[in-house]
Amino acid sequence: MHNKSLTELSTGLIAGQFSSEELTRHFLDRIDRLDGQLNSFITVTAEQALTQARQADTRRNRGEAGPLTGIPLVQKDIFCTNGVRTSCGSKMLYNFIAPYDATVVARCNDAGMVMLGKANMDEFAMGSSNETSFYGPVKNPWDTAAVPGGSSGGSAAAVAARLTPAATGTDTGGSIRQPAALCGISGIKPTYGRVSRYGMIAFASSLDQAGPMARSAEDCALLLGAMAGFDPRDSTSVEREVPDYRATLGNGLKGLKIGLPKEYFGAGLDPAVGQAVQAAIDEYRKLGAEVVDISLPNTGLAVPTYYVVAPAECSSNLSRMDGVRFGYRCENPKDLEDLYKRSRGEGFGAEVKRRIMIGTYALSAGYYDAYYLKAQQMRHLISDDFRRAFEQVDVIMGPTSPTVAFNAGEKTDDPVAMYLADVYTIAANLAGLPGMSIPAGFVNNRPVGLQIIGNYFDEARLLNVAHQYQLATDWHQRMPHGFE
Amino acid sequence: MALERKDVENIAHLARLSISEADIPEYARNLSNILALVEQMSVVDTNGVSPMAHPLEASQRLREDTVTEADQRGHFQAIAPAVEAGLYLVPKVIE
Amino acid sequence: MEWETVIGLEIHAQLATRSKIFSGASTAFGAAPNTQACAVDLGLPGVLPVLNREVVRMATKFGLAINATVAERSVFARKNYFYPDLPKGYQISQYELPVVANGHIDIELEDGSTKRIGVTRAHLEEDAGKSLHEDFHGMTGIDLNRAGTPLLEIVSEPDMRSAKEAVAYMKRIHELVRYIEICDGNMQEGSFRCDANVSVRPKGQKEFGTRAELKNINSFRFVEKAIDYEVERQIALIESGGKVVQETRLYDPDRDETRSMRAKEEANDYRYFPDPDLLPLVIEPSFIEAVRATLPELPEAKRQRFVSEYELSPYDAGFLTASRELADYYEAVVKAVGAEPKLCANWVMGDLSANLNRDGKEIGGSPVSSAMLAGMIKRITDNTISGKIAKEVFEAMWNGEGDADAVIEKKGLKQITDSGAIEKIIDDILAANPDNVAAYRSGKDKLFGFFVGQAMKATQGKANPQQLNELLKKKLSG
Repeated sequence: MHNKSLTELSTGLIAGQFSSEELTRHFLDRIDRLDGQLNSFITVTAEQALTQARQADTRRNRGEAGPLTGIPLVQKDIFCTNGVRTSCGSKMLYNFIAPYDATVVARCNDAGMVMLGKANMDEFAMGSSNETSFYGPVKNPWDTAAVPGGSSGGSAAAVAARLTPAATGTDTGGSIRQPAALCGISGIKPTYGRVSRYGMIAFASSLDQAGPMARSAEDCALLLGAMAGFDPRDSTSVEREVPDYRATLGNGLKGLKIGLPKEYFGAGLDPAVGQAVQAAIDEYRKLGAEVVDISLPNTGLAVPTYYVVAPAECSSNLSRMDGVRFGYRCENPKDLEDLYKRSRGEGFGAEVKRRIMIGTYALSAGYYDAYYLKAQQMRHLISDDFRRAFEQVDVIMGPTSPTVAFNAGEKTDDPVAMYLADVYTIAANLAGLPGMSIPAGFVNNRPVGLQIIGNYFDEARLLNVAHQYQLATDWHQRMPHGFE
Repeated sequence: MALERKDVENIAHLARLSISEADIPEYARNLSNILALVEQMSVVDTNGVSPMAHPLEASQRLREDTVTEADQRGHFQAIAPAVEAGLYLVPKVIE
Repeated sequence: MEWETVIGLEIHAQLATRSKIFSGASTAFGAAPNTQACAVDLGLPGVLPVLNREVVRMATKFGLAINATVAERSVFARKNYFYPDLPKGYQISQYELPVVANGHIDIELEDGSTKRIGVTRAHLEEDAGKSLHEDFHGMTGIDLNRAGTPLLEIVSEPDMRSAKEAVAYMKRIHELVRYIEICDGNMQEGSFRCDANVSVRPKGQKEFGTRAELKNINSFRFVEKAIDYEVERQIALIESGGKVVQETRLYDPDRDETRSMRAKEEANDYRYFPDPDLLPLVIEPSFIEAVRATLPELPEAKRQRFVSEYELSPYDAGFLTASRELADYYEAVVKAVGAEPKLCANWVMGDLSANLNRDGKEIGGSPVSSAMLAGMIKRITDNTISGKIAKEVFEAMWNGEGDADAVIEKKGLKQITDSGAIEKIIDDILAANPDNVAAYRSGKDKLFGFFVGQAMKATQGKANPQQLNELLKKKLSG
């Protein structure tokens, strides 16, 4: 049952082959048996899940079910879930029982989905390996010596190991796409403003986006349809109709123009990864696409730009974590200063503190122009690169990550080395463009991801392009050993 | 731009983060490395380029002036570390 | 050494909306602690701000009323600092691009001349919560009901040169925000707050001296006293060789002095940057024109019209336009009477206002409506009652005994205007007081008053005074 895709499960439930309760028990059992190897969950909500499953079955019997009713799902622990702990991977929120539902969560609940639990993640979404979580690192199901990627490492690992058919993730600099690549699954970061950020604990407000993670583009299309849409509670949410993403999955790709940025195939890219990606591009040629060489000249400055903008915004967003109204509070604060400094000093991990400090520095008197303002100007230049490219091509492709999954502990001593892992994914966040990663092969038994970047609000095209590749190949159907 | 001990202390204070004495040198090192990464931006000429604060070209939407939120004090304060008589408690603030 | 005082005022006016600037919680005053602080106001993880339309309308209205530029595009910025009444650890405000800029307002100086005070900018921001310092076993209690209430921060140019000018400016702004109905101006409840930036410099010097910021002044009187104290303090400090420190000082009304504030002393680095959760505020010209159409007649224009249309003195015009409600009341009376604007003014400024003050009422709570007062005044002008009797009628109306006609009827207060009747009464009095008659006729003019008094007594005050005087003169002159 756990090898069925989300779409197949949906069909199965509709056909009455199994109930949602059976399905849910099946996954809860797998989580219980197998997650010890991965640590992909921070909270498992077994009781609540079974209640939701039974409700879904009742709805189905009344003829009131939709395509996602009764389907199990894991929520990244960054989404507020009413009455359920929402830790964001941090000690700071170890006891934060969210008093309301994020809009994304409410929409999944309304669609009748069943929440299995909250996925582990890098602390406050800061990381590319899921090694900064207060609740312990997550392991890659393909090789438990390796990292699953981050920050949505728990979501990616759980989906890859078939502990859940789908999960939600968030992506600020690559945190959906990169773990999807490293874990051999499919994930999409939509256009900025496509999915509501209300209730999604903020990291970098102008970059964050929520998106689905599942084992195929088709599955992602189904889940994205439920997640996306205007939300009046989010000022940055766009009032634009959500198309039926499944309706166009079957479109042929003849004449599709694919841009390959030369900057994505240069120094820093593992040659074996490069080969796997080129093979994927060849598949697209066979499907009728035309490949065009393009240039995104400011690619090299995406990482520096990001590491000003994101820390600056997060340094401000995290100021509300102060031990006063919720969350971790230090013992016996002797005065107000002490309350703030020790609650935050003890509650936040090292990577979070580093980023808060960089952000604080970048915004401080005398440095604003050189750092923050400069970065916002760079953002403009980077976006212009893409604007020019999309005048020539329909989609842009390349490797999602310069390497396959690295071993745990390999990059933890050098934050900058870790940051450079995001080189291909970060620019899409800076520009606000949608991006997707799908499995495209293996190197030493560790998955390789192909990234597809689209124009604003062109998610339907991305999903279609990905789906056609998945009809012609079977990388996305491979399974890690030990989780059968 | 290399950061020194004093810089780290100042920033940590601005951000209200306690950092142990022993950790300051490592923070100084790591933060300096990150700044070196970031300073790569300075080679690019951005004269006349307008800053991009948002990917969206849109303007702020307005909501109607109606009261839509009811009193949920009990619900919200159930998760608070220190509350009395409906107030959030903090160490005494001297003005 | 001759010194010059330089003052700039920063006024925070709470905008009178129903809900908060960025959330749908209520702004009503006086609720139990934290019962009007929703998730957004509490700054819980994951919440986001959405801007209130009415706040934009009110800011636009203010900008138009002070002849300022209403920005087509303004931006919200985060002002970052840590304090327990600031839940997010930042205040959403406006920094480089405020919604209103470059306005002015005219004040009247003591010598009657007018001075123009520049308003540099007015911007929108959210209010913080309140700290309650009553002891909770050594802890401070925080109430976040006020967090998120909309504020308009109005910043003047440093154009004022004395405490009196500062008070005059503050009063004009206070009157204006109430006139255009964007703020109730209630200083006791904190909906109108004033900080003063005060410095001194040798007369003739171009550079400004170092300024101190005075906070916690919530009345016109205290503003004047605080500034006066501070000016003296600064001059004394400099003259004794000291230097004025740029700092925040609190005014203590009990001791009538300003004191340096502790704890907020370090220069704050607010790390302003545009709030990424909000998009730029765009105000279209059509919106501005629609708001302009809703502007009421402003106080200055109204004052001038009262002087010309009703032929009132500037003083009277000033009194009657102190509030829009009072001005509206007065004009309703004049309209209903159809004449006699000066007489109406006297009644409103005299008996009506005296009674309002005595009973601690505002014009809106007057037991005597404008229709009732007009009705009474008509009975004076048509000679039904005298002005003196009218005072009795007024008191009766105030005490709820009915309108003018009802009171006059019930108490039989109609004037006696029948000459024959008056003559008869006069004859009786003259006959009863032959000595005084003789004394008067022999030159004791003052005795006229005696006869008038007697006649009034005999008629219980109801004799028409003009007729009585005429007839009495005639009869006394033989």
